[in-house]
Amino acid sequence: MPNLPEHEVVRHYTRLSQMNFSIDTGFYPLGSCTMKFNPKYAEELASLPTVARVHPDQDESTIQGALRLMHELQQSLATIAGMDAVTLQPAAGAQGEFTGLLLAQAYNHDKGEHRQQIIVPDTAHGTNFASAGMAGFDIVEIASVDGRVDLSALKRAVGDKTLAFMITNPNTLGIFEDHIIDVADIVHQVGGLLYYDGANLNAIMGKTSPGLMNFDIVHFNLHKTFTTPHGGGGPGAGPVGVKAPLEPFLPVPVVTFDSSMYHLDYHRPKSIGMVRAWYGNFALLVRAYAYILRQGGDGLTRASERAVLNANYVKHRVQGALEVPFSGLRKHEFVASGAKLAAKGVKTTDVAKRLMDFGYHPPTVYFPHLVEEALMIEPTETETRATLDAFADTLIQITKEDPALLHSAPHNTAVSRVDEVQAARDPVLSWRYLKAQPKF
Amino acid sequence: MASDEADMLRTMGLRSVEDLFSDIPPAVRMSGLPLPPGLSEQEVVARITEMLSANRTMADMPTFLGAGLYDHFVPASVRAITSRAEFYTSYTPYQPEVSQGILQTLWEYQSMICDLTGMDAANTSMYDASTALGEAARMARRIHNGKIFLVPRALRWHRRTVLGNYTWGSGILVKEVEYDRATGMLDLADLKQHLSEDVCGLYVENPNFFGRLEEQLAEIRTATDVPLVVGINPIAQAVVKKPADFGADIVIGEGQALGNAVNFGGPLLGIFACRQEHVRKMPGRVIGLTKDAEGHRAFCMTLQTREQHIRREKAMSNICTNESLMAVASAAYMAVLGANGLRRVAVECMRKAKDLAAAIRAIPGFEAPLFEGAHFNEFTVRYQGGYEAVHRALLARGLHGGMQHARHLRELRDFALFAVTERHTKHDLDRLVEALRSIR
Repeated sequence: MPNLPEHEVVRHYTRLSQMNFSIDTGFYPLGSCTMKFNPKYAEELASLPTVARVHPDQDESTIQGALRLMHELQQSLATIAGMDAVTLQPAAGAQGEFTGLLLAQAYNHDKGEHRQQIIVPDTAHGTNFASAGMAGFDIVEIASVDGRVDLSALKRAVGDKTLAFMITNPNTLGIFEDHIIDVADIVHQVGGLLYYDGANLNAIMGKTSPGLMNFDIVHFNLHKTFTTPHGGGGPGAGPVGVKAPLEPFLPVPVVTFDSSMYHLDYHRPKSIGMVRAWYGNFALLVRAYAYILRQGGDGLTRASERAVLNANYVKHRVQGALEVPFSGLRKHEFVASGAKLAAKGVKTTDVAKRLMDFGYHPPTVYFPHLVEEALMIEPTETETRATLDAFADTLIQITKEDPALLHSAPHNTAVSRVDEVQAARDPVLSWRYLKAQPKF
Repeated sequence: MASDEADMLRTMGLRSVEDLFSDIPPAVRMSGLPLPPGLSEQEVVARITEMLSANRTMADMPTFLGAGLYDHFVPASVRAITSRAEFYTSYTPYQPEVSQGILQTLWEYQSMICDLTGMDAANTSMYDASTALGEAARMARRIHNGKIFLVPRALRWHRRTVLGNYTWGSGILVKEVEYDRATGMLDLADLKQHLSEDVCGLYVENPNFFGRLEEQLAEIRTATDVPLVVGINPIAQAVVKKPADFGADIVIGEGQALGNAVNFGGPLLGIFACRQEHVRKMPGRVIGLTKDAEGHRAFCMTLQTREQHIRREKAMSNICTNESLMAVASAAYMAVLGANGLRRVAVECMRKAKDLAAAIRAIPGFEAPLFEGAHFNEFTVRYQGGYEAVHRALLARGLHGGMQHARHLRELRDFALFAVTERHTKHDLDRLVEALRSIR
C-alpha cells in the first residue's frame, strides 16, 4: 500500500474523475438503466450528521427521525405502486427481486404448497433469471409475440408448479402489455403470483400502478425512478412492496408506529428474516424521500408524462435512419435495431463507440436479445427538447458515415477502443498480478 | 417548455399528452397519485432536516456501538473525492472508453484490498459483510463438494439469517461450531467433531464476535482442507497477520470502516477477495487491466460471462448494482492514510479499547472483558445487576453503551459489546467510566 502526500492522492483521483462520463457532464440515454438528473438538495440532506453519524443499533428513543422517515417513505412507495406494505431493506433492484421471490416462497410454504417454477418472458432483465436461479427455482422462459407476452404460451407454461411470473410493464421494449389483466388472471387461476420488476416504473406513475394491474409483489429501483445517483455502479436501493396476504413474511425488522413512537418490530414469526444487515441503504432512502416530497403526486405524474413524451419523440426522430421493430406507442424507452447497418459491416457496437466522439454516452446495446443489433434508448424526463434533437441528429448522421470511421471509433476519448476479450482471456485483476507478470 | 411539448406532440401527430397513454386500458387507468402536492426545495430541506433532528448522533452522545460498523474519522479529502459528480453521478462502466476514471479507481481498490488481505484478487464489492458471507458459502460449494457450511455459533444474528436466505436455494446446510467458553475463540474440538466428507466450507472471523483475535487460524487450517473463508475487520488488518498467510481461500468483511460513514446502517460495503485459482468462481463485478486499440494501458469490466446478463440463471450471483462509490471511498481512504496511517489508526483503536476495558474492570460490579487474551477494538462488558439497567442509566446521562448480546447469544444476556475507535476522545472515555461508576 502506498504512502503518498495527500495532495498527490487528491490530484490522482481528481484527474481520474475527469476521465469519467457522468450525468452531471452529459446525456446518458441508457435504456432500462434510467439515468436522469440527481438533484443536489438530496445530496446535501443525505450527508447530514443526523444521517451519516447515526448507528443502526442505537436505542429506539435516539433514532426516531430515521424511523419516521422510513415509515413515511414506505407509505409513499406503497401509494405509488398500489401495494399494501413495503420493506426498504434490499440493497439493490436485484436483491429486491431475490427478496420478492423468497417472500413468494414463504407465502407458498405457509399454505402447505411447494411450487418450484418461475416463469419469465424473453424480454426480461437478466437479473430476473439470476435471482430465480439463486433462490433455487426452475426457470421457464416464454417467447413473446409482437413484442408482448404470448397469452397462449403463458397458458401452456403455467400450472400447479408455478410459483410466480416475473414481468415488467412496460416491458424492456418499452411496450405496455395492454392485456396485463388477462396475464394476471392466467397466473392467479393456477394459484401463482405476479411479480413486477420495477425498473420501468418511471413510465407509469399516476397513470396506472402494479397494484391496479393485479400484481402481488413489486420491487422499486430508487436509483432509477427516484433519482438517487448511481455511484459508478452502486449503491442502489431496491425496496419491495407486497399485497396484504404477503405482509407477514416481510423481512425483519418492520418499522411500526404506535401513534407516539416508532419501533423496530422483530417479532414476526412468519418473517423470512433479513436479506442484508440492518434496514437498507438509508442514505439513499433519504434522497428518494426528499425527491418524492419535492415532486409531490403531481410532479411524479408529470415526470412519467415527460419521460414518455421524450421517448416517443426520439423514436419518431430516428425512425427511418434506424429500424424500430414493432409498431405503436412506447412508454419511457424504445429499442431500435442496427440490422440494416450490419449489412454494411457496421455493428451496433461501432455506432455506440462513435456516439462517444460527440459527447454522448451510448444507449444500452445488444439488449433485449430478441432484437437484432439492439440499441435501447431511454431519454428520461429531465432532458430538454434541444438535447433530444441534437442527439437524434447525431445518431442519424452516424448512420450515414463512412464505416471505416465507425470501426475505429471512439477517436477523442481518454483511451481508444478497449480490448475486452484480452482482459477476460488473461485477467490482470490487481497489482499483484502485474508484479508476477509485468506485461502492461 | 409547454409550447415545446405541444410542438413535440404535433410532430408526432398527437394532440395531447393523454394520447401517449392510450395504450393503457381504462380498467387499469388512474388519474394522478393521491400524494400531497410538491414542495419547494427550501421546504423539502427544512422538512427533512427537521424530521432527522429527532435522531441523536454519535457526535451528540459518546456512543460505544460497533458490532460490524465503526465510526472512524473520514479525512475531508476522501469526501472531496467521492463528492466528485463525475464519480457519484456515473453509471456502471459498461462502456470503458468513457469510464476509465471509475474503472481505474475500482481496480486500485481491488489491488489495495489484495494488499490488505494478501489475497490475489478482489471484486469491486458486495452489499455488506453479511451478503458477502452468503456469497462466500455459495462460492465454497462451487469449489468443493459437500452440502454443509460451518460457521461459528458466536456470529451476529443478522449475518446468520442472511446466510440462511442466501444458501437455502442451493441446498447448503449451515451448521454452527461452538466457541471455547474460556478463550472466546472457535472451539477446535467441536470443529473436529463437525468435519466430515459433506462439509463444503468453513467460516471463521478474526477479530470474532467478541472482538477477540482468533489466534488459532494456523491450527484451523491444519485441521481441514475444505475452503476456508475468513471474515476480517479491514482496519485490524494493519496489525494482524494476513489471512492469505494462514491459507485462506476466500476473505470477506465489512468495508464500511474504510472511509465510509456509518449511515444508519447503509450503504455499506462487502469486501470479497480470493486466491487466483478460484477467480472464475468468484461472484460480483471485477475490473481487469488490458490494452486499447493503440496498445495503451486501459481498464474494463471483465470475466462478465460469469454474471447475470450473460449467464442468466446459471450466473454466479444475481448482483448487478453493487456498492461502487463506497469502494471509491475506500480506495481514497487507503491511499490518503497509506500503510503507515492505517497502522496508526489500528494501534490507537486497540490501545484505547484495552485501556477502557481495564478501567471498566476496575469498577465494582463490572466484568470486562468476558474472555482474556488479545482483542482488537471491541470487548464484552457485564454488570452484575443486569446490563439493561446500565443501558438505561447511560442513556439518561447522555451516553450510549454497547450492543446488547441478548438477541444473538442467549447465554450472554447480561453482556454488551463495547467498541472504541480513534474518534473517542479521552473526555468521552472518562465520561463513560465516571457514569458507570455512578451506577448503583
